[in-house]
Amino acid sequence: MNHYETVFILTPVLSDVQMKEAVDKFRGILTEAGAEIVNEENWGLRKLCYPIQKKSTGFYQLIEFKANPEVIETLELNYRRDERVIRFLTFKMDKYAMEYAAKRRNVKSAKKED
Amino acid sequence: MVQQQSEIRYLTPPSVDVKKKKYCRFKKSGIKYIDYKDPEFLKKFLNEQGKILPRRITGTSLKFQRKVAQAVKRARHLALLPFVTDMMK
Repeated sequence: MNHYETVFILTPVLSDVQMKEAVDKFRGILTEAGAEIVNEENWGLRKLCYPIQKKSTGFYQLIEFKANPEVIETLELNYRRDERVIRFLTFKMDKYAMEYAAKRRNVKSAKKED
Repeated sequence: MVQQQSEIRYLTPPSVDVKKKKYCRFKKSGIKYIDYKDPEFLKKFLNEQGKILPRRITGTSLKFQRKVAQAVKRARHLALLPFVTDMMK
């Protein structure tokens, strides 16, 4: 069970409902394949530094999860098939990355409280 | 006596720049992981055109320079950092 982190960008053309539904779809793929989702963040609509597919903004979504290696193949297959996703990146976290992510989560939750 | 000393007049004072000892900021501050998700931190390692600064300028060690380069390339892939730009800072 390795620790992974995936970030994907959805096209801004979608309505809120479609966006939420797309995010749920990928979360579903992960949970079905037996992955355990550790943390989730959406950075919302952000300006891209260069246009991707003629669009200059995108809806960023981050999912941090623990999974077996073969889950990643199915996840990426679905990314490639879904035309709403214009870019994605999955990243295997080593122990330093995990520490950093844990620290980042505490800081964020601490900020949310106060 | 004083007059004789200041005989030699230089147009510009000879500025001998003291050799600043470069150090790897990651080793010194104990940062172990460079996150590709926050572009602000990565921008310190890019020049105006968005190119990665060489080690001889930033003074980072080889191990961390590779991590920085890897993180910058991932950030560029996710459009958090531009590949090429004119006035970045």
